Amino acid sequence: MSSHAHTGGSTVHAPMAEPSGFIRKYIFSVDHKVIGIQYFLLALTAVVIGIVLSLLMRFHLVWPNATLPFVSGGQMSQEQYLALVTMHGTIMVFFVLTTAPQGGFGNYFLPIQIGAPDMAFPRLNMLSFWVTFLAFVCIIAAFVVPGGAPISGWTGYTPLSGLGEITGPGEGWGQTLWIVSISLFCLASLLGALNFIATTIDLRAPGMSLMRMPLTVWGWFVTAILGLLAFGVLLAGGILLLLDRSAGTSFFIPAGLVVNDQLQAHSGGSPLLWQHLFWFFGHPEVYIAILPGMGVASHVLSTFARKPVYGYRAMAYAICAIGFLGFMVWGHHMFVSGMSPYSGFAFSVLTMSIGVPSAIKTFNWLGTLWGGKIQFKTPMLFALGFVSLFVSGGLSGLFLAQPAVDNMLHATYYVVAHFHLVMGVAAIFGIFAATYFWFPKMFGKMMNEPLGKIHFWFTFVGAYCIFMPMHFIGIAGGIRRYADASAVAFLARLQPVHQFMTIAAFITGAAQLFFLFNFFYSLKFGPKASKNPWNATTLEWDTDSPPPIDNFGGHYPSVYRGPYEFSVPGAVDDFIPQWQEPAQVARVK
Amino acid sequence: MPSTIITEEIELIHSGKGPGGGDSSGDGGDGGDGDGGRGDSSGATRVPQRAYITGMFIALAGILMFFMAFVSAYIVRKDMPNSAWIPLQVPRILWLNTLILIASSLTLGRAHSRFSAKDEKGFRHWWATTTFLGILFVAGQIIAWRQLAAQGIFLATNPSSSFFYVFTGAHGLHLLGGILALLCVQFGATRKVARGTAIEVVSMYWHFMDGLWVFLFLLLYLGR
Repeated sequence: MSSHAHTGGSTVHAPMAEPSGFIRKYIFSVDHKVIGIQYFLLALTAVVIGIVLSLLMRFHLVWPNATLPFVSGGQMSQEQYLALVTMHGTIMVFFVLTTAPQGGFGNYFLPIQIGAPDMAFPRLNMLSFWVTFLAFVCIIAAFVVPGGAPISGWTGYTPLSGLGEITGPGEGWGQTLWIVSISLFCLASLLGALNFIATTIDLRAPGMSLMRMPLTVWGWFVTAILGLLAFGVLLAGGILLLLDRSAGTSFFIPAGLVVNDQLQAHSGGSPLLWQHLFWFFGHPEVYIAILPGMGVASHVLSTFARKPVYGYRAMAYAICAIGFLGFMVWGHHMFVSGMSPYSGFAFSVLTMSIGVPSAIKTFNWLGTLWGGKIQFKTPMLFALGFVSLFVSGGLSGLFLAQPAVDNMLHATYYVVAHFHLVMGVAAIFGIFAATYFWFPKMFGKMMNEPLGKIHFWFTFVGAYCIFMPMHFIGIAGGIRRYADASAVAFLARLQPVHQFMTIAAFITGAAQLFFLFNFFYSLKFGPKASKNPWNATTLEWDTDSPPPIDNFGGHYPSVYRGPYEFSVPGAVDDFIPQWQEPAQVARVK
Repeated sequence: MPSTIITEEIELIHSGKGPGGGDSSGDGGDGGDGDGGRGDSSGATRVPQRAYITGMFIALAGILMFFMAFVSAYIVRKDMPNSAWIPLQVPRILWLNTLILIASSLTLGRAHSRFSAKDEKGFRHWWATTTFLGILFVAGQIIAWRQLAAQGIFLATNPSSSFFYVFTGAHGLHLLGGILALLCVQFGATRKVARGTAIEVVSMYWHFMDGLWVFLFLLLYLGR
């Protein structure tokens, strides 16, 4: 405890005892750090599965007639391809893009960055993880049940998803498991969101005002609010869909529907109702995936440019504005559903208005870099990659936001390219930036820099090689979810582009082995990390690497300044941490 | 650098209570800080009691969205062309149930004020009455279900009956949770939440579920 005696102003308490026993310590732990790592490892498992699924899809698109050893019958059927599409989307969106940035890094670093010893409700936190885990088990189980995985896409559109086995293999057991998994996931995310919000509101350290919170915390906080308001709606939709399937109700299934020559005994439900409920969740979900990445990018850019975040307040307000507007634009996923042109116009204008806070963020990221002493460390490269991908992917959103243009581009590869760049790969780059940045703090070891840089360049160039040509296929009329485009005359000529993308995908996929190797090798053999290896300013760097069980080893930090005081004129060091008392700042004489 | 000068001038808020929030003040609940949790070796300590109040506010927002999803689906589904909607005659016992639930909110308020007046006996009495009325309400809802079933109206009979069962079922489940919480407070099983805070939090939840039911009932009755 004496080591903390110099930390003036902070209250000192006896360090907390760690729970003994493997199970309480690592399995059913209530420590937010352990839970964060559990979420992270869950997402890591999920992303490996998701990447393998996408590579199988890319392979099938180029060589549809190839004989595969693990497929029953040798050749992949169209239904099996659709099952890959569905499972890839579901696993990636829910169990990677939602789980890693929020459940993983948010859980680990939100309490530390605001100076709290843990989340507000640690047991609830443990419960959210284990319910998420159960949801993951359910979705993986869909691969092995009779009929296999569902084929209705990650959006689970009705009536395809609402009728059971008659609509295809995988629509029986597989689809039921899908709905159960998503509903469980919603429940877990609601509990998690509750915890994040309460923690941010009530557990901040003395001096940690809202406008002194790191932008990462702003990202997680607003993401949690989005999750709180969105996941309940999908949960309600999931329950209704489950009733349609198993109890014979007609919420989403229209009357007089004939499937496989059989008249379905439903009356007057609305498939569009499901789309509204789904997208009311689905669009905020996009921001649930990307806002934490925005926070991480701002944080990392500032640290490695050795400059304060340009326009901190504007950045915080922009996160709030994006979150707010995110709830009013779900209709832009449904422009071709026959909605009134007036609604379409309203959704279109609101959608394009999200460009304003997004542009503020981009402008401020560039402003942060401007004139900085930039250190091109691996986390910095990935943060820069995030900005690049976010801009490239975001710009195509402006075209899709206009109903007239969307009429042509809807359900083409243009849409696939758009959302993969802006919320898929960009969010993944945010996760990678966070991993390389916080690995030393989480595991007490440094990751290998050269390997990290190789990983970055392969992934960055690879992502553009995969998704840029995809726009052209979309403009040329390439329909998404077609299992075999070579069978369609006007699409057959685009096959060479598909081939290029598939080769790029395999190279990019293989390059992830650099990351996996680096991760596990550094875990074991990496050089020991100091308390503050990046000379960063926020509270997580005030504690040991990895932090003790109560985060600050018996003392609670106080906060004296904003989160990004880099290169302050008159100070000796080029950074002043948040916990530094004004009197202790070394000044140039 | 302007930013440095400014931040140095901002007065530091010392609560002396450990982690306590930068600018939020006020101590919800009568429990007082640090009432429990000390010496809990499981890694969770020193949660200010107001976090439980905040948490309940947040939970209620989430629950509200969950029910509003059903409500919006109801409104949309009802007025669709070819909706095959046959208005449901709500069982008359629902009027009685509604009165019982409103009464339970009143007795709960009574219990709360008894607790504030440090009248433990009165508190326990009114709190138990509330629990009893809550159980009575759930029993009444089950009777309503059985009456409908006796008329041959089931979950899948008509969209209107589907919604009726979904609304009453979802609300009933939430209310059962509330009854469980009432019992926990009655028998002192509130773990590390201070008693005053627990009473506050459970009351918030119960009043909310009462108001929600009145809304759902009016929707089912007037909006059929």
